[in-house]
Amino acid sequence: MAYATDLLHAFLWTFNFLLLPAITYGSALALGALGVTLVFGILRFANFAHGDMMAFGAMVSLIGVELLNHFGIFTYPFPAGLLVLPVAMLVTALLAISLDKTVYGYYRRIKSPPVVLVMTSIGVMFLLNGVTRLIKGADLTPFNDRRIFAFDSVDPAALIDQLGKAAVQIKTDFSTQAKTVQVTEPEYVFFSVGAFKRATGLEEGFGLDLIQVIIIVLAVAIFLGLYWFLARTRSGKSMRAFSDNEDLALLSGIDPQRVVLITWIIAGSLAAIAGTMYGMDKGYKPFTYFQMLLPIFAATIVGGIGNPQGAIVGGYLVALTEIGITANYKKVANYALPDSWEVAGNLQLLGTEYKFSVSFLILIIVLLIRPTGIFKGKVL
Amino acid sequence: MKTFQRYWIVFGLLAALIVLTGFVQSWSIALSLLTVGLISAIITLGLNMQWGYAGLFNAGVMGFSAIGALACVLISMPWVTAAMLQTLDVMLADPATNATAIEKLQKDIPRRFLAEGQMLAAWLIGAASALVAWGANRVLRDRLPGGRRLLISLVILGIGLVMFTSRFDAATSVIESTGFADNSKYMGGLGLPILLAWIVGGFLAAGAAWLIARIALGLRSDYLAIATLGISEIVISVLKNEGWLSRGVLNVTGLPSPIPTATALQEVPYEMARDASLIVNKLLFIAIIMVFLVFFLWLAHRALQSPWGRMMRAIRDNEEAANAMGKDVVKRHREVFILGSFLLGVGGAMLATNVLQFEPGGYQPLRYTFLIWVMVIVGGSGNNLGSVVGGILIWFVWIQAEPIATGLFALLSAGLLPDGSELAQTLLDRAPQMRTLIMGVMLLVVLRLMPRGILPEELQRK
Repeated sequence: MAYATDLLHAFLWTFNFLLLPAITYGSALALGALGVTLVFGILRFANFAHGDMMAFGAMVSLIGVELLNHFGIFTYPFPAGLLVLPVAMLVTALLAISLDKTVYGYYRRIKSPPVVLVMTSIGVMFLLNGVTRLIKGADLTPFNDRRIFAFDSVDPAALIDQLGKAAVQIKTDFSTQAKTVQVTEPEYVFFSVGAFKRATGLEEGFGLDLIQVIIIVLAVAIFLGLYWFLARTRSGKSMRAFSDNEDLALLSGIDPQRVVLITWIIAGSLAAIAGTMYGMDKGYKPFTYFQMLLPIFAATIVGGIGNPQGAIVGGYLVALTEIGITANYKKVANYALPDSWEVAGNLQLLGTEYKFSVSFLILIIVLLIRPTGIFKGKVL
Repeated sequence: MKTFQRYWIVFGLLAALIVLTGFVQSWSIALSLLTVGLISAIITLGLNMQWGYAGLFNAGVMGFSAIGALACVLISMPWVTAAMLQTLDVMLADPATNATAIEKLQKDIPRRFLAEGQMLAAWLIGAASALVAWGANRVLRDRLPGGRRLLISLVILGIGLVMFTSRFDAATSVIESTGFADNSKYMGGLGLPILLAWIVGGFLAAGAAWLIARIALGLRSDYLAIATLGISEIVISVLKNEGWLSRGVLNVTGLPSPIPTATALQEVPYEMARDASLIVNKLLFIAIIMVFLVFFLWLAHRALQSPWGRMMRAIRDNEEAANAMGKDVVKRHREVFILGSFLLGVGGAMLATNVLQFEPGGYQPLRYTFLIWVMVIVGGSGNNLGSVVGGILIWFVWIQAEPIATGLFALLSAGLLPDGSELAQTLLDRAPQMRTLIMGVMLLVVLRLMPRGILPEELQRK
């Protein structure tokens, strides 16, 4: 019986420190990888600007949330980021389309080799990088950052009612004697690790908050929706046909302009969703989105470039490996192994500093063993 | 004749920009700009070999530059244990030194020697196990099926890894906790001249390129880009985290300089005025870089004119046809990848020497990889002098974008916004970010309007 509890402890530790973070992070990666893989399948180039497009989408969401809060509207317990997400998707999709009209379209018309398009996407990457930093700065900004209101512009009692006592503070400036209300919107938590431990009496536990659940559910919903779109609708089918064999698709009367337009709309919206989801969880910082480019590319290639199912599986696989290889399994081993085998040192394959390197190691292994990825993608 | 004029005009304009900076801002700024611009020209020339000659998409420039910069530490910094011995001698000679400090050194020095021995042993064991695994694989090739051979290799490597880790961890903890001063808790280097370090940096980068070429060359272009981007990130994360090697994110400061410093120039025997010493110091450094740059340009020019250069262009323009003509495409690609990386390494070492410190935390792909790409494209891919133009011009814009944007924003907000408004202040704070925006616009405009760059590739038909 005692050993069964130990195994449960080992499982709970794994769930809290490995599976749950991997699934939320993997959802963001999978959403990003879907965008990259669609652009690759239809337009046939690796889009280096996708990370910064995600940053742009997240920035639009962040501005939306700040605007809502500015007028004293707090949506707790519902995260405001999700509320403004449709707007961010729309704006990012428009950005993607206008970039295609002004930049990428030209090179498609003159039939440039793909590598010129990659170079162009590096130009777009610089451009968006500058735009996001110019508008919202380069620092880490949480979606629920502290907001400061003049004392008489809001009703503190109503806010305390909605957000709880800890979230609302009334401060008096020492020199000017001006009163301000400072509000930090909390995140809705179903239960924390501590509450779980107290309720069950176990030594290990896990916590769950609304944002994590939303990320996972939304990601799954989008996967299903996209699958339905690609498999059942006319536009989706024409996209797949175009990706499969461009000449044949053109011969059978598919309008390439339309396919490209739809691709950018989907890629832009996916970038906005992925960026906002990640930002709601970890805070908005432009550079992290640029850094996510590497794991996203890894996920795309591992799954099979140009293949949507592959991108999803690749996203979760890369996230799981990144966290799995850098986790310290000392506790799991001590729970699962007999007491006499106690592990004193660290059971860690690689330090957490090497998290971003892991995605590249996966890339190399896939390149050497199965260059087309898990699901057969385009042969490169 | 017309192209000849173009060269004069372009280089004249560049010179005018530098001179203008000298008059408007200061000569010190102008010369600093020129220094980094010329170093960038060397790095750009390296990337131009890979991209312009052969069409290889290397997105890992940052990694090769960092490896070159690491060479400055490994070759030119003093060996810490030897420096500890010297410090001990000085302390023993000076009766005023505190006894505990002497005692600590006397205890630490033998521990360090031991740790360094362990470190050496760890790497020898690691290398030996890799060699044995490779050899076993070779010997058993015809006798065992692949799966079992892989298993045997993995077991050998696993044993090697365990033996490596125990020694390595023990050695690292001693090396990172002892030293003659707070800023010396690492292995140190060989204490050799810095100019030698530049060359070694080139060779280290070329060695890394050889290794990467074995894995990643032969992939499609954007695949190679992603692979090299990843490798450069790995290089940086190793440099950031291995404190025993180069102090990690704590940086190695005080790299030796190949020229007398400004303070040295003010003392006997030179006795220059302060302003003059700053200028002379910079001019001397520029002169050394110019020697390297001219030498590399001459080599690159000769290579491009030779049958080898023509073969490279043929492979770039039509790989299949070149292959059919009996050219070994993969081998040629490997050659040019290694040659180009040599220059990336030398340039990286020069950049570190210019600021006299090695700072792994400062490497960001935007500045150290993609900016170099802008230099190649804007300057003119496939044209050696184009690299010089791209390097100097883009560096100039990158640096000057900030003051110009700040000025413009100040002017705009003074005209349009109320005094001291929050928005105006935010705008001014964010002005430095304009530089990436300008780079993006420049790259896109050049790609669209003059895709062959400012100085296009010259195709001579003789």
